[in-house]
Order: sequence, then C-alpha cells, then structure tokens
Amino acid sequence: MTITQLAGKPVEVNDEGFLVDPTEWTEDMATELADLHGVDTPLTDRHWVVINYMRKEYFENGTGATVRKLGKASGVNTKELFQLFPKGPAKLSAMIAGIPKPKGCI
Amino acid sequence: MTNTITDNATEVAESKATIEPKQTIEPKQTIEKVSIIVSKGSLEGIYPALIMGNGARNEGIEVNLFFTFFGMDAIHKERHDHIKVATVGNPGMHMATWAGGLPGVSALATKMMSKKIEALDFPDIPEFIEMIHDTGAGIYACLASVDLFGFTKDDLIEQVDEIITVGDFYEMAAGGQIIFT
Repeated sequence: MTITQLAGKPVEVNDEGFLVDPTEWTEDMATELADLHGVDTPLTDRHWVVINYMRKEYFENGTGATVRKLGKASGVNTKELFQLFPKGPAKLSAMIAGIPKPKGCI
Repeated sequence: MTNTITDNATEVAESKATIEPKQTIEPKQTIEKVSIIVSKGSLEGIYPALIMGNGARNEGIEVNLFFTFFGMDAIHKERHDHIKVATVGNPGMHMATWAGGLPGVSALATKMMSKKIEALDFPDIPEFIEMIHDTGAGIYACLASVDLFGFTKDDLIEQVDEIITVGDFYEMAAGGQIIFT
C-alpha cells in the first residue's frame, strides 16, 4: 500500500495503483489517474459513460463489470471500449473510477 | 595493538557492507504478447483457448489466435455452432468409455454444459469469437489445414483475418509467448 497525491489529496493505492477506498475518489481525480495509467486525456463523454457505469456496478454489486458485461450493458460496445481504453477497458476504467480491479474471467 | 584490532574491525565492517546486496525494486514482470494455437475441435479444446485469449486482451496484452487442424471447426461457418464435448477417451467425464460412445451421449453432455455456460452468462463459441475479434485480437487459419480439409476462405467465418503459413505464424508470434491447446 502506498499513499499518493490525487487532486491535491493524499489517497491510499495498492501495488497495481487501484484506490483502496472507493469512497475517497472524486471526479477530479479521474484525469490524473488516466494520465498515470496511459489513457488519453482529456477524458471524453464516452470515457465517462464507462467510468460512471463502473462505479454504479461496484456500489450495486460489489465488483466492477468485466469487458463482456461492459460491452453488453454500458452502452459502449467492445470495439469502442478498446479504442477508449486500449490497454484493458475493464481494468483501466476501474482504475480511473477509483474502484477495485473487477473480478471475473470473461 | 588496540588500534590494529579497531582497524581490522573497521575493515571487516566495510567489506561486509560492500557484500550486502543492493536494495533495488524489481520491475513487475509483464507479458506483452501471446499467440494461441487451437488444434482441437472439442468444446474443452476450444473454450479454454478463447478464455485465455480474451483474458489476455482484457489485460492489454496483444493476442493472435491461430486455428489449425480440428481447431478449425471453431471458425468454420457451418460447424462453429455445433462444437461438442468429447465423451470418449476423456477421463474427466467420469464415465465408462463405452458409455461415452453411446449415441446421443456427447450431444447430451454438450447440452448440459451449454446450459451451464448460458446460466453463467458466458458467451457461446460463435459469440465469443466475435467478441475476441472486437477486442482487436488477430484470428488466423492455418494454410496446411485449409488445404488438408479442402476449405476455402468462404467456408470460414468473417472474423478470420487471414489464412497464413506456419512461417507467418512464427513471424507474428516472435518476441511473445506461445500457448498450444
């Protein structure tokens, strides 16, 4: 566990860079997190559709969505998900949304 | 005399200090590319390869799927929707080999497994391949197998990028990991 500065606030993150406490996350941390993890900024409305969906999923079901679920239910299809988050849509959107890495193999 | 001892002690301490390994942070190992060879035409031969490939893309790893021999059924237009579980010669099925060979047993086992797959909301094989293609993974057919089975590109699903030689495959796989299923 490490403490890092995001949007001027000290926040605890794990070895992979995921926020330890999702309730510490604020919207203005998203761009900084995206920059840190190689997602093109400024974040577009389409990025935000995914980020908001991930947070909603996490708080409702205890885990963020997998790529398959995102592709089916978030309103952004698989192809576009990989354009928005080329290095892994579920993992990176979870990282930017301040929630833990989604569980699930498919 | 005392001084000498002190000097020696200092020397020993110094030499120890130089032997001690440096405290460095090892960079986390990552896989950049995987090439997966699918050679079997059974559900248990194809599905794990698709899970591995899809999972790799989700981690941001570059993926190429190379279908060869009976694995080609997974990308054959008329066959990819009828992939069956092998019930003969498969100790994992926990049934006698003769029982596995009875008419309809493989179909029944496939039906049961497909139901479970659906209940878990996992995609079936055609949908899975389409999804993997959408993730940006390369999907290739083996030229030798295409010739052997007398297929043409028209027999294969539209997600197939190209029919390639084994040489092309190795060129494509260079610098990455290779998985054979």
